Amino acid sequence: MAHGHSATPIAKGGMPSQRRRALQVLAGLVLAALAAFAWSLTAGALPVGLGDLLGALLGALGGGDGSMEADIIRSLRLPRAVAAFAYGGLLALAGALMQVLLRNPLADPYVLGISGGAAVGALGAILAGATAGWIDGGAFIGALGATLLVFGLAHGDGSWTQTRLLLTGVIVAAGCGAAVALMLSLAPEGRVKGMLFWLMGDASGATRPWPALGLLVVGLASVLPFARELNLLSRGEITARALGVRVTRLRGLVYGLGSLLTAVAVTTVGSVGFVGLIVPHLVRLAIGNDQRLLLPAATLAGGVLLCAADTAARTVVAPVQLPVGVLTALIGVPVFLFLLTRHPR
Amino acid sequence: MKMDVRPPVLAAEQLTVHVGRRDVLRDLNITVQPGETLVILGRNGAGKTTLLHTLAGLRDPARGLVLLSGQPYAAWPRGHEACLRGLLAQSQPDFFSASVLETALVGRHPYLGRWDWERPEDEAIALAALASMGLEGFAERQVPTLSGGERQRLAIAALLTQQPRLYLLDEPLAHLDLHHQVAVLDHFQALAAQGAGVVMVLHDINLAARYASHVLLLDGAGGHVFGAAHDVLTTERLSQAFGHPLRAVADGAQTLFVPT
Repeated sequence: MAHGHSATPIAKGGMPSQRRRALQVLAGLVLAALAAFAWSLTAGALPVGLGDLLGALLGALGGGDGSMEADIIRSLRLPRAVAAFAYGGLLALAGALMQVLLRNPLADPYVLGISGGAAVGALGAILAGATAGWIDGGAFIGALGATLLVFGLAHGDGSWTQTRLLLTGVIVAAGCGAAVALMLSLAPEGRVKGMLFWLMGDASGATRPWPALGLLVVGLASVLPFARELNLLSRGEITARALGVRVTRLRGLVYGLGSLLTAVAVTTVGSVGFVGLIVPHLVRLAIGNDQRLLLPAATLAGGVLLCAADTAARTVVAPVQLPVGVLTALIGVPVFLFLLTRHPR
Repeated sequence: MKMDVRPPVLAAEQLTVHVGRRDVLRDLNITVQPGETLVILGRNGAGKTTLLHTLAGLRDPARGLVLLSGQPYAAWPRGHEACLRGLLAQSQPDFFSASVLETALVGRHPYLGRWDWERPEDEAIALAALASMGLEGFAERQVPTLSGGERQRLAIAALLTQQPRLYLLDEPLAHLDLHHQVAVLDHFQALAAQGAGVVMVLHDINLAARYASHVLLLDGAGGHVFGAAHDVLTTERLSQAFGHPLRAVADGAQTLFVPT
């Protein structure tokens, strides 16, 4: 509007255009999300046209007409698509947060032993013959237990904390891995398949997706106000503090939030490989490392990836359902390698 | 409450600094007035960086007070201290790639609200700071493609973008070639002439002698000498502080200190 600063030398690619680009990227990702939802809702053993899909969704708002398509979409496919989107978003956001927190590009939501703890809890519950609800409960307790263990052991303040946190997490994860292997080898034949499926990640059991979506929205909304401070954190702790960032409080927020998001995701869909590691990197390679754009973009991209992967997992070799974690890795790895070779920096 | 004289940009009163349980500095009293340049000299491990961080308010002193523009750090509104004093850290980690312009813009953080994005004015300030460090045309480059000296000048440019009244510089000449060492010191001399206070840790005694108005010489055992540069910089004191004999060589009006 008011271009009063005629003397200011504004480079091409200046801030206003950078902000416009951010909006463009996010708008593109929202479109991708809509496309992923449309695919997920229409594809399956009973294909549904786009027109019928709209009718079914609008019918749901107006009370419903009771056709079989509408019923399948509303009670089966929609919850599952929303769940996949929400958990993909949770994992990608948690991964992006962990990468900033640990300032380590190899960090993912599971690096601090959260998924290991969840796996021990869930497999313990399966081994004990628990029902689905107790398996989730066991996974959540295991995830929080591992988080508290790592945080308690690595607690402290100083430049060594980052490395110590990472090392403690890796060691706890290794311990959990050993416990998981022990349980698998001791488990009776009939339960091993369920245990393996849990370990590979599976969104089919996610029947109540809306709390996860709500948590995703709340999580993103509570970290976005600190996005510029997170940018400073990646410039080094001393510099960030000198610029007025309350680093200890910010780290606590990021650690707590990242752990909670991961614990909820891992509880419901298991340990879905690569989403939390690769999606933030994909987004970073494509649009840079400004957390104000990276965090929402990674959240959306994670949701899109998991929603699409889950749809593929249940349709590609139907009626067999593949573990979604295998699909995310199969999609994510080539895309990631392609982007990496395209950007020789 | 109104004072006729502006308070010193920085003052330390009876300041004692610990590293672990060791006093590296006891009972320091210094003031830095606008226009003054204080150079901190001392051997490795003498506590120069720790002192600088204490003066920056990032570390609580063991005893004593640090006053920024007349007030303790705690008395300033949260975040406002970053508009008054800036710190150049000793090392510049970069774990993820960022453009040179983005990196220089971090200095505008204290001036922006929580939801603000950098305005064109901020960008103009950052571009001017980059130009003053000889980095014009680098704005779109990625930081990992820069050389060590270029990164150091970028870090200084980010500090200049912050536009504080007090500059605390931890080894500002690290990685810089001779030409840029002098250019950087000239730049801070000019800022001091405009009323800024400058405190810097240097290792080059002769550059210290050339640019410092005051010198703080640390012996690493708690003792120190503080005063006008020409009073503190003597061969006896320097030889003792650095644990290596030095001799003075006259070069016109200047005295150069050369290790024997």
